[in-house]
Amino acid sequence: MKDNPNPLSFQSRLNPDDFFPASSEEKESLVIMRESVGFWRDGMRRFRKNKIAMVSLVIVILIMIFSFIVPIFYPYTYEQQVKGSNNLAPMTYSEEEQARIDAGESVFPHILGTDKLGRDYAIRVMMGSRISLIVGLVAAFIILVIGSVFGSVAAFFGGWVDLIMMRLVDIIYTVPDVLLIVLLSFALKAPLETLSMQPGFGWIRTLGPNLISIFIVFALLYWVGMARMVRGQILALKESEYVTAARALGASSARIIRKHLLTNCIGTLIVMTTLQIPSSIFTESFLSFLGLGVAVPMPSLGSLASEALNGINTYPYLLFIPAGLISLIILSFNLLGDGLRDAFDPKMKN
Amino acid sequence: MAKYIVKRIGLAIVTIWVVATLTFFLMNFVPGGPFLSEKAVSPKAMAALEEKYGLDKPLWEQYVTYMTDALHGDFGASLKQRGRTVMSIITSKFPVSARVGGLAVLAAFCIGVPLGCFSAMNRGKALDSFIIVVATFGIAVPSFVVGTVLMYVFSVRLGWVSSLGLKNWTNYILPVTALAFYPTAYITRLMRSSMLDVLGQDYMRTARAKGLNQIISLFKHALRNAILPVVTYMGPLLAYTVTGSFIVEKIFTIPGLGGEFIGSISNRDYTVIMGTTIFLASLIVLMNVVVDIAYKLIDPRIKLK
Amino acid sequence: MSEYLVNIEHERLSFFTPAGEVKALNDVSIRIREGEVLGIVGESGSGKSVTAYSLMGLTAYPGKLLGGTLDFNGHRINDMTEKQMQKIRGNEVSIIFQDPMTSLNPVFTIGNQIREVLKLHTDKSKSEIQDRARELLQLVGINEPDRRLKQYPHELSGGMRQRVMIAIALACEPKLLIADEPTTALDVTIQAQILELMMELKDKLGMAIMMITHDLGVVASMCDHIAVMYAGNIVEYGETDDIFYNPKHEYTKGLLRSIPRMDSKEHERLVPIEGTPVDLLNPPKGCPFASRCDQCMRICLREKAPVTHFGETHYSTCWMNQKAELEGGKRQ
Repeated sequence: MKDNPNPLSFQSRLNPDDFFPASSEEKESLVIMRESVGFWRDGMRRFRKNKIAMVSLVIVILIMIFSFIVPIFYPYTYEQQVKGSNNLAPMTYSEEEQARIDAGESVFPHILGTDKLGRDYAIRVMMGSRISLIVGLVAAFIILVIGSVFGSVAAFFGGWVDLIMMRLVDIIYTVPDVLLIVLLSFALKAPLETLSMQPGFGWIRTLGPNLISIFIVFALLYWVGMARMVRGQILALKESEYVTAARALGASSARIIRKHLLTNCIGTLIVMTTLQIPSSIFTESFLSFLGLGVAVPMPSLGSLASEALNGINTYPYLLFIPAGLISLIILSFNLLGDGLRDAFDPKMKN
Repeated sequence: MAKYIVKRIGLAIVTIWVVATLTFFLMNFVPGGPFLSEKAVSPKAMAALEEKYGLDKPLWEQYVTYMTDALHGDFGASLKQRGRTVMSIITSKFPVSARVGGLAVLAAFCIGVPLGCFSAMNRGKALDSFIIVVATFGIAVPSFVVGTVLMYVFSVRLGWVSSLGLKNWTNYILPVTALAFYPTAYITRLMRSSMLDVLGQDYMRTARAKGLNQIISLFKHALRNAILPVVTYMGPLLAYTVTGSFIVEKIFTIPGLGGEFIGSISNRDYTVIMGTTIFLASLIVLMNVVVDIAYKLIDPRIKLK
Repeated sequence: MSEYLVNIEHERLSFFTPAGEVKALNDVSIRIREGEVLGIVGESGSGKSVTAYSLMGLTAYPGKLLGGTLDFNGHRINDMTEKQMQKIRGNEVSIIFQDPMTSLNPVFTIGNQIREVLKLHTDKSKSEIQDRARELLQLVGINEPDRRLKQYPHELSGGMRQRVMIAIALACEPKLLIADEPTTALDVTIQAQILELMMELKDKLGMAIMMITHDLGVVASMCDHIAVMYAGNIVEYGETDDIFYNPKHEYTKGLLRSIPRMDSKEHERLVPIEGTPVDLLNPPKGCPFASRCDQCMRICLREKAPVTHFGETHYSTCWMNQKAELEGGKRQ
């Protein structure tokens, strides 16, 4: 043994004490357990690390502040026509206002100028974003509710119920959406106006019948994508082995729905809804462009852009501001949705 | 295969019939009519007009008459454009929209697919991030913004191309670009994510282990699998784009089917609404059948039922 | 050319993930002679597959070779370009993957996928390639080769697909076949058939096999040598008999206690290895197996054990060997 050149050289450094069994406490100190994190915390951690998504979130919040809070303190209102201040360039004053400034009065500047009716453009843009955001959020909510209920019912019952429900989805997919929107907004105008005369329905007039038609159209048409998604997801989950396993262990249907199907769907639902917001804003701006959007004098970003189109050669900034803002809102929501998907979609974990 | 196609065509006819019926009744239930907007029309003249077009008859009778005629290929005459049949309107306007739209879809496919592949292969690198950001921006800009900005910059400011009509090939550049903008960005994103998915598959590892180089394994093994979602998207995209975008046609004053359709809706030109709706629905249904068959050709696992 | 077909020395490899550096391989050395079968045994994440993939230059994206040398058939893998590697892959070294269900491309026929590798590495004519493909299918025991060549992967059973994978791997008569858990995804009866087929083909073609598995039963019958891996280290290496009858590392002993044996007495219980594998993001500074080891000593928590040799090839890294020597030394 002594001729063996290898490990005995260690002997000098080692003392017999080292070869006593280690106690279980000593062993435990060795096991560094990584903190086990749940689905939500893990997702949030990843989400917070995503710089693009965080920047988008900040932009969305800023735009919300500008469209919901700033207008309260703003010295002009969106329908107020300032006399003699038609078509002012940004940060300029009309003669009348200049005279008041010269007289020592302070006049709040038209940061973005005014439109051809002498309305302050900055406040109109803010109100326009407010309308666009409301449309986006409400429509996304409507689509979420109808789409997920329809899709999950079809998936749960399966068989011919599923078949008929999905045929219906196919048909709605095939009807040209512009046709339905135009017809509906014509059809709904009169009844909604009558309804708004009734006590308790005054809010309809505030919102404008067109805006309500838009919501109804969303409720009728645009949920089909969501319904297909949810159905597909639930069908896949229903077949998954862990649901079979839960069933085999005697879990009740209610528990399976609550514990397995919902928790597995909810991430996708959140992401789908976030991505639905920009697409609803998109559709609203498109409708406003066609002249089917919100009622005048209420502005939306789409109607502002479409009004500006006529004077594009002289006042191009009137188009570029709302157009840029629509793009920015849609972009931020899209990037936010992508960030959420990357953070919460289990398939995206790597 | 033949049996499947017959079955699909049968289903398609049912879908088109449902859409046509739905449109017919919805259109008629909406208050107002084709001749209301013409102020000078006396009640007597209006009655005469309605009688001429059969609008005085009970609705179900109108419906039966329309459907019987439509089955024989007769979609009637326009109520508003005197002396023109619906068929002649569609056959004169559709080719215009189809040319612009077809070019746009082709451009979107030819740019989006390679860009998406390229982005996926360079995942995480600066170029990839750049492409994602541009593509996300592309799906965030509404087509009317793209259209007006293009028109403003290239035709009003720079004066490079005329913005009106489709007189020569340069007139196509702006509208095709405006139309192709969104689908290109969308296809790029779709292709990228589906390519990333495929690149992570085991059979791609097998391909590398065989000693294939990256280019061949990409073109042969990955592309065919990764293109499936794009094919699904292409069907409806093509159907909607070749029938004309109202917005782009309005901005660039193109006499296409999209503008005609919107015009007919606001004019309540019932026969034109019906005709174009049935035309559009048939195109969509047809495209879906084509997509399903293309799917089967690309992926042998798909069983056509 | 050295006496070894494969000679990996002191390989270190890490994956640089967003969460940190995952030390997948710490000082791994492996040697395989021509025509020899080496079994690499270990649990999931112990680095078996990573070792094999790095030998083929197929290390997945955030992975990076940090040290050591890899020699194969006269090539220094470390210094080779991707282009040079492509000439070797599928030609001199082939691999069979774990899951035959996903390892074949679903959109191409079996014939297409076999012919592909032949086209790439040989300059046979079209008809010769077709003949060779047919011959390969017969070689791996698939009947009606002409019909099978025209079929798609989804039309074949799992065992059948694994046979096709083997046919692809053997198409160019490689010097080394890497089998990455080739039977894990298959039914038990099919498993035996596939292993038998591999051994039969090895004898026929004379290639070396690197058999990666977590199933000691598989390696016992097939392998000349066995390497036991734990947490990116080779903890014991030796001839199959050494490992089975004279295990020197506590992990190997644990593995052997956890499988049923033909000669075990009635009512003898199987002993599982308790605990969970180490976190390779923060590997312990002592013996990686210490926290799960019954015989764990104080030194094991502090320091990595040195290599102890027990013969020409048999070695292990366990402090128990030192303890035995120390005690033996005292007795002397």
